[in-house]
Amino acid sequence: MDGGTDSEMHGGTGGGLDGGLDGGLDGGLDTAFFLAWFEDAGRRVRLQRDRLTALDAAIGDADHGTNLDRGFTEVRQAFAEWPPGTPVQALVSAGTTLIRRVGGASGPLYGSAFRQMGRSMDTPVTQAVFAAAFESGVRAVERLGKAAPGDKTMLDALVPASRALTRAVQEEIATREAFERAARAAEEGARATIPMRARRGRASYLGERSVGHEDPGAASAAIIMAALAAVAS
Amino acid sequence: MKKLINTAESVVEDALNGLAAAHPSLRVRDRVVYRADAPRRGKVALVSGGGSGHEPLHAGFVGHGMLDAACPGEVFTSPVPDQILDATMAVDGGAGVLHVVKNYTGDVLNFEMAAELCAGVEVASVLVDDDVAVRDSLYTAGRRGTGATLFVEKIAGALAEEGAPLAEVARVAGEVDERSRSFGIALTSCTSPAAGKPTFDLPGDEVELGIGIHGEPGRARVPMASARELAAIAMEAVHGDLPLRGDLLVMVNGMGSTPLMELYVVFAEVESFVRGTGARVTRSLVGNYVTSLDMQGFSVTVCRLDDDLTRLWDAPVETPGLRWGR
Repeated sequence: MDGGTDSEMHGGTGGGLDGGLDGGLDGGLDTAFFLAWFEDAGRRVRLQRDRLTALDAAIGDADHGTNLDRGFTEVRQAFAEWPPGTPVQALVSAGTTLIRRVGGASGPLYGSAFRQMGRSMDTPVTQAVFAAAFESGVRAVERLGKAAPGDKTMLDALVPASRALTRAVQEEIATREAFERAARAAEEGARATIPMRARRGRASYLGERSVGHEDPGAASAAIIMAALAAVAS
Repeated sequence: MKKLINTAESVVEDALNGLAAAHPSLRVRDRVVYRADAPRRGKVALVSGGGSGHEPLHAGFVGHGMLDAACPGEVFTSPVPDQILDATMAVDGGAGVLHVVKNYTGDVLNFEMAAELCAGVEVASVLVDDDVAVRDSLYTAGRRGTGATLFVEKIAGALAEEGAPLAEVARVAGEVDERSRSFGIALTSCTSPAAGKPTFDLPGDEVELGIGIHGEPGRARVPMASARELAAIAMEAVHGDLPLRGDLLVMVNGMGSTPLMELYVVFAEVESFVRGTGARVTRSLVGNYVTSLDMQGFSVTVCRLDDDLTRLWDAPVETPGLRWGR
């Protein structure tokens, strides 16, 4: 589960498509999978904290890495204190913790996304259920942030990731490959924010001067999606 | 980086401990700063909050005639809903609570989330957005809340102290915001304790125009100029957005590391600019009130007064950061 490798972008697609190697994943994602997702996302955020903060310093207020690292640390503690018994509990607990502990815009936005994702999730968590719940979580971010793709926000990574998940379900792609596609879409989406002019969030105050910098929220969304792909592989 | 801190992680907590120790009129509990005599029965309560690093805003404005509670977040990070919920429930004296919210995505989201949770308490909210450096608000998060926050908290706080109902306090708070405009200029960036290095690089011979209060860069960078020229840039931006006329309340605010002497140099230029427009400065404030850690620079905030607003501005206030008439 906790692969510890950062080269998740390309990998063994050879065996992934026949389904057999996906083992437990395609039978539904269990609680342990979600705990591992948050654990790995937290580890990656810690490793990339300074990069996220540096991106935020360029067009925001230099606290994104610090805040998110604090948030995922709190999530780990919340899981230790009240071990979630279901995927829904894991998502709602993580979301609530991020809302209650992070502050700023990223706390309520990520927190609401995970909470909404959890609330709208049926069991067993098949790939189709996951994709639909993920989309519901992304909608919560759109609603709350009053933002859309192209505004240079985390949505520029989350929306393509969500689309990739939905398309993978339609095309009956195996879970592991689906999550890799979502991670790739998020990463490409984050990089696509570089030439954008920010229209939402603190970077929007910069106007034209926000052009040429990767959006820190999109970057952190890509990190969280990379963790999803990594724990599935 | 040299800073008077113990650790970067504990700086907000440590500062709040100091604030509580220095001011017996305040109580600090679970990251909320309260008036020691809250809740006041029958009085509309005012709650504000925002990232730390802007001191004395907001915690330094808790007390008679201003805020009933303030919720400080981490440095430059809005507070979390729990703090705002706790504060709101604790200070409600039965007449409702006004949330004074600076227009930043994070502050707005966290106050909205808290307001939804405040069962049984009537909550109204005023959004402060006075910074004219942010233009074309259809394509931005909207104008930022900066210096006018102090005006709103002071004037609405005075009205609440007089016993006005929540709807009236909220209306006047909104009116103060509508009548106020600000513009800020930075001579240096600022260093947040957690980051350990300046938020942006600014060459020694340049200034940043239209800065906010979180170390975010401004809209443009120009060569360093005289106080007269910089004051004129700020005042023209304000005047261009809200034509100056009649009686004005004018604040020349330091960003944290600018000597008071220089702020008075700027104030003289601002006052002379105002006279040139035919308006007049009838009330003023010069000092460090809405700061951005250790940034050098200033912001100017102007509010078009009427007799009622002047009276409320003059009303007694007793807080760590603002104190007169009592």
